[in-house]
Amino acid sequence: MKLFINGQEETVSLEEASIAELLSHKRVEMPEMVSVEYNGRFLRRDEYERIRVKDGDRIEFLYFMGGGSN
Amino acid sequence: MLKIKQSVRDAMIRLAKAESPIEACGYLAGIDGEARLLIPMTNVDHSPEHFSFAPEEQFNALKQARDAGLRLNAVFHSHPATPARMSAEDIRLAHDPDMVYIIVSLMEAEPVIRGYRMEGRQPVEIMLEITEDA
Repeated sequence: MKLFINGQEETVSLEEASIAELLSHKRVEMPEMVSVEYNGRFLRRDEYERIRVKDGDRIEFLYFMGGGSN
Repeated sequence: MLKIKQSVRDAMIRLAKAESPIEACGYLAGIDGEARLLIPMTNVDHSPEHFSFAPEEQFNALKQARDAGLRLNAVFHSHPATPARMSAEDIRLAHDPDMVYIIVSLMEAEPVIRGYRMEGRQPVEIMLEITEDA
């Protein structure tokens, strides 16, 4: 199926994959450090396993950004 | 190596000084290995020793960059009173393998800027080249 991932069209060989599975496919090692927008809607982390992607979906994901000086 | 437009470097330093003693932060967006736009972000920790981004604001920055034909290629934050090295907390929270992590230190009279990429869980310093604005 075709997905738009971070603005790029990609053909992904994952049928009815969850968001969590898609992140794993994209080699995101720590999904708890990633925020996801799905078709324009910001997802809660407990939705990553439940929501199944379908052809034409738009998924944006960004890593948590934080740190400290000490 | 990451190239940074002079105007972007100057904007980072201005923001770091304006926010001090709170840590300033933001994304740099660019193309062809050059950062051309600073997107200031809210430090939701409002702390002199910590920073973090609000996820919703991150997605807005992503769209702002994309609308300008750019992509997010670096994240910066300031160290108001410590050197421009990645702290233990910076390393612990740095997980994006595609991002350059830039630190602006105000510890000395003259600001110091350094950039790092994460290789595994280790930060590796990269060269930052300041380029003239057209």
